[in-house]
Amino acid sequence: MASTVTTPAGRARGTLRASLAEQRGSRGDLVFRAVLTIAAAAVPALLAVLLMELVRGSELAISRFGLRFITDSIWDPVAERFGAWPLLAGTLLSSLLALCIAVPLSLGVAIYLTEFAPRAVRQPVAFVIQLLAAIPSVVYGLWGIFVLIPLLRTTLFPLLRGALGFLPLFQGPIYGPSMLTAGIILAIMVMPYIISVSREVLLAVPGSQREAALGLGATRWEAVRTAILPYARSGLIGAVILGLGRALGETMAVTMVIGNRNDVSASLFAPGYTMAAAIANEFSEAVKDIHLSALAYVALLLFVVTVLVNAGARLLIWRVARGAGAGSGAL
Amino acid sequence: MTPLTTSALPSPVPAASLTTTSEPPRLRTDKLTAMYGKSTAVSGVTLGFPANQVHALIGPSGCGKSTFLRCLNRTHELSDGGWITGRVLLDEEDVYDARVSAMVLRRRIGMVFQRPTPFPTMSVYDNVAAGLRAGVRLRRGETDEIVERALRQAALWDEVKDRLRGSAMALSGGQQQRLCIARTIAPAPEVVLLDEPTSALDPQGTQRIEEVVVELKGDFTIVIVTHNMQQAARTSDTTTFFYLGTMVETGATRQIFTAPRNEQTEAYITGRFG
Repeated sequence: MASTVTTPAGRARGTLRASLAEQRGSRGDLVFRAVLTIAAAAVPALLAVLLMELVRGSELAISRFGLRFITDSIWDPVAERFGAWPLLAGTLLSSLLALCIAVPLSLGVAIYLTEFAPRAVRQPVAFVIQLLAAIPSVVYGLWGIFVLIPLLRTTLFPLLRGALGFLPLFQGPIYGPSMLTAGIILAIMVMPYIISVSREVLLAVPGSQREAALGLGATRWEAVRTAILPYARSGLIGAVILGLGRALGETMAVTMVIGNRNDVSASLFAPGYTMAAAIANEFSEAVKDIHLSALAYVALLLFVVTVLVNAGARLLIWRVARGAGAGSGAL
Repeated sequence: MTPLTTSALPSPVPAASLTTTSEPPRLRTDKLTAMYGKSTAVSGVTLGFPANQVHALIGPSGCGKSTFLRCLNRTHELSDGGWITGRVLLDEEDVYDARVSAMVLRRRIGMVFQRPTPFPTMSVYDNVAAGLRAGVRLRRGETDEIVERALRQAALWDEVKDRLRGSAMALSGGQQQRLCIARTIAPAPEVVLLDEPTSALDPQGTQRIEEVVVELKGDFTIVIVTHNMQQAARTSDTTTFFYLGTMVETGATRQIFTAPRNEQTEAYITGRFG
């Protein structure tokens, strides 16, 4: 054995056995291993405790309203009647809107930064984009109230109503705080995440794929479309899912611009509400047990929705990643 | 025959060889120098490639033969800081002329890379058709015909005809490389460049590729970079030896391998260095 030759003379005999025993017995290793095991076990344990607490907290509401809670749209703490449909719909709709706006823009930026931008610009721009992710959401919310809402109310919203007013989506009075405003602010907030991850994924596409496409006489865009995007697709879906996860759970900025009205409207100009916003707004003011329990039920619902969305996304990535591809490892 | 294959030519003075050619070479370079930023990878190479021959570029690692090859269809300029001086002429037309589109050029000068680069998300069929779709749209039947012909020319048809819709990644390394050859020749280029096409393959795969290369010269002008001198001897009609970014010697393959005029060439092919 090579190791017998290199170990100090005193231990030369029976080295293999001895060194294994040494490794197993090493106290430092044991402690290190224990610490890591605890840290790793803490994550699923925390999740389990969280779920248990949510179920326990919402027991009263679950027994009173059952699954009707999800489809009922009346939220009246005074009459002690609670239904979370507008909250659920608001959460899903605002996140969907955010993705509709953010995904094309983010992919465009990521493709530009990896394929087209002058080399000197790539790194600085990527850095600035990551900085955007570090801004606290309450700051986004304030900016939304003071800058974005006045701007939208006087420019984009009237324009949309003029051009697309025949659709129910763009009808009705324009207040400012609305589902669409929330979608836009969420889009701005999730873009840094989607851009950063997609950029990493696109950078991980081997240069040989790019060259293979260009070597066939493809234009830059054709190379992106035929070689780079298909190769990176599972990673790109992962980037979008990360953004969706952020959007579903975002609370502060949304509650500041969405209008907080417990109502489902066909119009995107109408105010709405989300699960996260409702919990944040009402929890400190809820005095009745049933009100608190209903809010915990909402939290449980949000938890389940998030888990379902992520599980569905994971499934999607698995199916897409079949037949290899880059970036699936990035998740 | 063309002068590059006559042993009477003095070497290394290949510029003279071009002037005595009965027909001009399909592709030639004129004092081609390739740079990466400020460092020179290839300096002042003047060399011609007559039509329907296999031309081998040999030399030790880092001698600039791959860079030279990449200049021929303007893939060198895709590398960081890659630029050139001198000229590359395809049918006497300067490919670095400002009016020449690199995309159009690369459809006329196809390239096969060191490692097989099938597009992993595409089927065998779509891989071969990828270059066609980069150009003009064809009718379905036409595409089928072209794909079959390219696969037959790459000696892959019999192995994949029953799984054209299957993933290209299910093929072996050698099959993938022949798939890449099929993909390169499908759009009917005039010149095919091969950059050490067998360096990632086993001996069997290598042999198949070599057979294909020899077959292909009926339809294409071929330039192949290789590390493997037996491969150059087996497949090529003419051979050029590169060393330290310059062209040391060029001539008929038989002459280069049996009676090299340059001492360095002799040292390299007899295995004393490189």
